Amino acid sequence: MSHLPIAPILLPLCAGILLLMLRHVDIRLRRALALAAVLAQIGVALALTRAVADGAILSYALGAWPAPYGIILVADRLAAWMLLLASVLALFPLWHASHGLDTRGRHFHVLYQLQLFGLSGAFLTGDVFNLFVFFEVLLLASYGLVLHGGGVERIRAGLHYVVINLAGSSLFLIAVGALYGLYGTLNMADLARLMPATPAENLGPARAAGLLLFAVFALKAALLPLYLWLPAAYASTSAPVAALFAIMTKVGAYAILRASTLLFGAEAGGLAGLLDAWLLPLALATLLAGLLGVLAARHLREQAAYLVVASVGTLLAAFALGSHAGLAAGLYYLPHSTFAAAALFLLAERIAAARGAQADRFEAGPRMRGEYWLGALFFLAAILIAGLPPLSGFIGKFLILQAALAHPARAWILAVLLVGGLLALIALARAGSLFFLRVERQRDDAPQAPAPVAPAVGLLLLGLGLTVAAGPVHAFAGEIAEQLLQPRLYIEAVLGGRP
Amino acid sequence: MEALLSALIGVLTAGGVYLMLRGRSFPVVLGLTLLSYAVNLFLFAMGRLAIGQPPVIGTGLTGYADPLPQALVLTAIVISFAMTAFVIMLALKARAELGDDHVDAEHKP
Repeated sequence: MSHLPIAPILLPLCAGILLLMLRHVDIRLRRALALAAVLAQIGVALALTRAVADGAILSYALGAWPAPYGIILVADRLAAWMLLLASVLALFPLWHASHGLDTRGRHFHVLYQLQLFGLSGAFLTGDVFNLFVFFEVLLLASYGLVLHGGGVERIRAGLHYVVINLAGSSLFLIAVGALYGLYGTLNMADLARLMPATPAENLGPARAAGLLLFAVFALKAALLPLYLWLPAAYASTSAPVAALFAIMTKVGAYAILRASTLLFGAEAGGLAGLLDAWLLPLALATLLAGLLGVLAARHLREQAAYLVVASVGTLLAAFALGSHAGLAAGLYYLPHSTFAAAALFLLAERIAAARGAQADRFEAGPRMRGEYWLGALFFLAAILIAGLPPLSGFIGKFLILQAALAHPARAWILAVLLVGGLLALIALARAGSLFFLRVERQRDDAPQAPAPVAPAVGLLLLGLGLTVAAGPVHAFAGEIAEQLLQPRLYIEAVLGGRP
Repeated sequence: MEALLSALIGVLTAGGVYLMLRGRSFPVVLGLTLLSYAVNLFLFAMGRLAIGQPPVIGTGLTGYADPLPQALVLTAIVISFAMTAFVIMLALKARAELGDDHVDAEHKP
């Protein structure tokens, strides 16, 4: 048995513990260590992606207790893809935070590594209860990160964020308990094996448990009407943390995708398509609600937060199509939207620093230092996010629209996605023209807070990379979708030859 | 016994939800705590209720209590305990910094 599947979980955990022990050493050493850990994590994720690229599903039994009795980790193409995305994304906010944010409070690097630990675990676990445990790990780390640096706004938004997630955790446990009471197992593959044979009298409770699970994942993914916590929390926290959190909503989307293909897929008998009736309308409504927020936002970070909500709507609309083309389009759009949102959060801080007292509020302000470069970067980020040709946002949206043509509700999907793109474009064009064209006075030469720009450039370059490598990336997304639509492969890989 | 336990879980949940919807942070924390008690009892009951049964395999035994929910509940208790401690600290900090213990408090210096 190869130990590769557990490496992405152990590496950030050990790095986090090490950083905790070294908390009194020089900050530069800790920064180097944290960056090295994330780079190593990228290497491990690449190795794992290579190992599963041919379609192998690696199942790792902890303590060699066989499934379904022991705790298992499962690495398939989707898990490896999410892992790779999370570790690549994590590099840039960390790089940004190493320019000074990490000294504005304690244990930033420890919490950052624990956040990665929770993320990796959530992607790799093959067990519903451990999904809960890893969600708690990543949430607890995120509570610390949201509040990092302190400040009145941050604490108020942080309190809301913590309370709503604690309520979500309680719901998660109720769903887990109900599933265990019905099936006597929490192993996802075993659940998927047992679900088609659910007796008729248990169908009602099983549906209730499945929908509760969906509600919890929808809360994490910030799906309408459970997205209201997100804008305040993301807009008030520090830029690197908000950029890292671009992946957090995707964890919810990942869990929804996993549940809807593995547990409630076409082969699930009486439970087949349990989420389908909800997912598409909610996703489209989320997209519209998010874009209304984008239009109504009062400052750039709030706008970026609402753009995250809108991107979740787009992503889940793609997943809701259920077809091979829809899933593949969504899995291509996922890294694009994550990188673009993270880049916008980092740029927002740079713009706020350059505008002095006006910060990133939407009002005419002074001329910025280095406005041409900043303007060009903002323009690039806006094109990526609004989905204009020729960049990856356009390719992603085009693929989703193409996949939607085969869906019965294609008129709705096309209308909402296209109107949504237009609204995003209007809002971003207004923001850009306010910041860069309607400058009222000469720039003040007050000293500025330092804010690095290189990490944001790196994220935008990744977006460009997704454009250039659209062919291979989309092909791989297609392979992931192919594997997801055959839950039998997953079940066999985990449970072996058992019927 | 089933009816008693389910009524208990229901009352705890209702109380927890009611308190969680209050405007001040202290009742909200209490509500979260009540809700986590209800959830732990629910989780525990999902292994079915059995009295006087051993959870560990032995010779000459016919019935067993399901040990897995007990392990799940232990994990859930630890997590909810830690989370409660955290949210109390956060609520105290919010009370100190905002000058008000309302969850939507405006800053009053």
